[in-house]
Amino acid sequence: MNKLIKLLVFVFTLAPIFAVAQNNDANKARGGKFALTNAKIYTVTNGIIENGTVIINNGIIEAVGANVRIPADAEVFDYKGREVYPGMIDSGTKLGLQEIGSIAESKDFREFGDITPHMQALSAVNPNSVAIPVTRVSGVTTTLTMPEGGVLPGTAATINLFGYTPDQMYAGSKGVVMNFPSAQRRWRQTEEQAKKARETALKTVNDAWDKAEIYAKIQNSPDTRYYPEMEALAKVVNGEMLLYIEVNTAKDIVSALEWIEERGYEKVVFTGVAEGWRVADKIAKAGISVIAGPVQSLPTRQSDAYDAAYKNPSVMQKAGIKVALRTSDTENSRNLPYHAGFAAAYGMGREEALKAVTINAAEIMGVGSSIGSIEVGKKANIFVATGDPFETSTQIINVFIDGYLVPMTSRQTELYDEFLHRVPGTQKNTVKTDG
Amino acid sequence: MKQFNMYKTIFLTALLLLGATVAQAQVKKGDVLIKNGTLLTISQGTMENTDLLVKDGKISKIGKNLKAPNGVEVVDASGQFVLPGIIDAHSHIAGTSINEGTSQVTAEVTMEDVVNPLDISIYRAVAGGVTAINLMHGSANVIGGRNETLKLRWGSTNPDDLRFEGAPRTIKFALGENPTRGGRARGIQPQSRMGVEAMLRNAFSDALVYKKAWADYRADKNKRKVAPEYDLRMETLVDILDGKILVHSHSYRADEIYMLMKVFTDFGIKKLTFQHANEAYKVAPELAAFGAMASVFADWWAYKLEVYYSTAYNAAILTKNGVTTSINSDDGELIRHLFHEAAKTQKYGDLSDDEALALVTLNPAKQLGIDHRVGSLEQGKDADFVIFDKHPLSTYAIPQRTFIDGVKYFDIDTDAKDQRIFIDPESSIEVVQIFNREDQHKCMDDADLVYLNDLLNNN
Repeated sequence: MNKLIKLLVFVFTLAPIFAVAQNNDANKARGGKFALTNAKIYTVTNGIIENGTVIINNGIIEAVGANVRIPADAEVFDYKGREVYPGMIDSGTKLGLQEIGSIAESKDFREFGDITPHMQALSAVNPNSVAIPVTRVSGVTTTLTMPEGGVLPGTAATINLFGYTPDQMYAGSKGVVMNFPSAQRRWRQTEEQAKKARETALKTVNDAWDKAEIYAKIQNSPDTRYYPEMEALAKVVNGEMLLYIEVNTAKDIVSALEWIEERGYEKVVFTGVAEGWRVADKIAKAGISVIAGPVQSLPTRQSDAYDAAYKNPSVMQKAGIKVALRTSDTENSRNLPYHAGFAAAYGMGREEALKAVTINAAEIMGVGSSIGSIEVGKKANIFVATGDPFETSTQIINVFIDGYLVPMTSRQTELYDEFLHRVPGTQKNTVKTDG
Repeated sequence: MKQFNMYKTIFLTALLLLGATVAQAQVKKGDVLIKNGTLLTISQGTMENTDLLVKDGKISKIGKNLKAPNGVEVVDASGQFVLPGIIDAHSHIAGTSINEGTSQVTAEVTMEDVVNPLDISIYRAVAGGVTAINLMHGSANVIGGRNETLKLRWGSTNPDDLRFEGAPRTIKFALGENPTRGGRARGIQPQSRMGVEAMLRNAFSDALVYKKAWADYRADKNKRKVAPEYDLRMETLVDILDGKILVHSHSYRADEIYMLMKVFTDFGIKKLTFQHANEAYKVAPELAAFGAMASVFADWWAYKLEVYYSTAYNAAILTKNGVTTSINSDDGELIRHLFHEAAKTQKYGDLSDDEALALVTLNPAKQLGIDHRVGSLEQGKDADFVIFDKHPLSTYAIPQRTFIDGVKYFDIDTDAKDQRIFIDPESSIEVVQIFNREDQHKCMDDADLVYLNDLLNNN
């Protein structure tokens, strides 16, 4: 009897506590030493290992191969033929900078003014954005998070989608963003107005960069006053930082190529590049890499083929340009694999499309030595899938970011769990209300 | 005199019939034999290596080793997949205007009057396998205008050629943020979800009074009786009460969805589909009990507060709770890959192939009241279908040919780049438009001017 009471006390008081404790742990990420074994490994840079093992230790990929010895103290995941990939990289989002599209107070990607290159996207990234877990459980482990707005809206940052401070998320790459002045007429603009607007914008751009070039020469002199805008641009002038140039129409792309040649800046990437297919040979000749997308988008001209946007990345890749892909999205950056799938279907092929969302992206951002493929010494940004991640029926089983095994839950999965079979259903005491 | 009247009647009837014949004749009907395809019939499972014979725009036979009648084109679909034409239950393409937002009730207007057959979006949708759409009024007001069900017969400059002849009438309602924004902008009701409910109840109460006035008038034996004032707005509301018009209500939050079902229960209105319905999953059992349907996005969320608590599992939860659900686009880009949007329900909720494909074929047909005509591959139904190179639930699937009434409107092998049938003579240089997904929410088109005010007075 006494025993029974003790048992009952245990069941009703302590057992629930254990259950809760365990539950909490399931919702937490954890680091450590992991062995991912019996998996088909898509290394991206060194081919496919049909049945291999990846060892993750302290955030780093320690070993990869078909015959890797599993350390005794490693936690073993036997994947039984499932597929292991490097985490996907979305090379253009506002993830972390926007929570709800229609609410100004939840948007931090746009600052007042035309020339604000010193605005740091990284500082405004909200590590607790609800959209971050929603994105990473789909295998997107890294994003380029970009400010928007004027001519030089700020500095973009590459972030890993796990961490509790921006610094814990930072993936080691930043770049100044520039919107290249467009010769394109805006809505309700006359030719004349458009021309003038473009000349003004181009003058603003050139004035800023002229100043920056001077500043770069004198910035170490003790008399130079604090000038954060120029400090940011000088890093580009000195070749220390990337310059992301958003440019889309064929005419603007050609102008931007000329502008770059004149300026001689080294680390330049074109983003958007919606009409890149029209001038792909010119971009290739200049040796400029591009971040293209969204792939699932409309053609830029009424007269274009219906699939012009789907084919754009593949045309550029075949011309010899290094192509990475972006969703240009925030909450639906999780659709990156489907943008890649469309690019693959419309000419790029699966292998190149996979590179465009992994190693190409990493290399373009200058972090190709630390992420973008499954190689010894790289950061363990890895996901495990039931099959081809570009296919919608594929499920993502596990995600590792910086070597942390992150929980496979998000608010969207939690709502599913709660509401698939809601309790109570319609059978609850309801009070009939008037009206 | 009497004789003359009779001749006049005959003459007019003949003229009308002639007119009707001419209008009908303009809609082409085709004959074709599709050989050896994998038929995804939706209603009767998958049939491999099967033929589909089309006669005069209708599916006349499904079976093996069918012979083509003399002169009928044969399309080899070996290794390919035949899907019923995709139906978008929520679209704003092919419309020259979207919102009539001058009043919170504009049941008297109809999208029938603003069909634009020249919109290039139509061809692009057909190239994505779409054969029919619900061209919807916008969501600026509580009871908006009537929608127009269209078949995407690209190539004609006559709006009448696009109409889905015989489709029942439908109307747009709107709940939540959009109509209350309008109320705030103009300093009128509704400015809250309470006001939206009150407005609905007031409108239908007025309609009952109107209906009774006409019923009394018709029953009145007095020869000197005077007819009540004819009011198209009220006529439309009465037709909703009588179940002659299907309601498609823009909605997001669970509470407003529940509210509308209560209002409709009180007024005896049964034919109801919720559009967008991002939180319908929270009241799925109530929707199933009411018999209401839902037309949702696969995964759009967080673009405004009322879609912040969304889940991409919405369609799966609804389906598994017995709610007839469709996936729509509301967008000129998304409409081009609705098969892919449907496929996302396999990632988010593990729906079967048939369940997933029904979301963009048979289920939207039910919601538009046209499921006896389209939505599945069945003998006797309209020959609206699309042929894919791979299974349409694969991301890599590319639509190859699209047929409406047995007539081919898209063929990837003969697809000319420039498909425009209208080129603006005033534009010297072609406009280049850079795609921005955030511009794609067309529901509030034309209502923007109202909200300039809103911006100034927002607090």
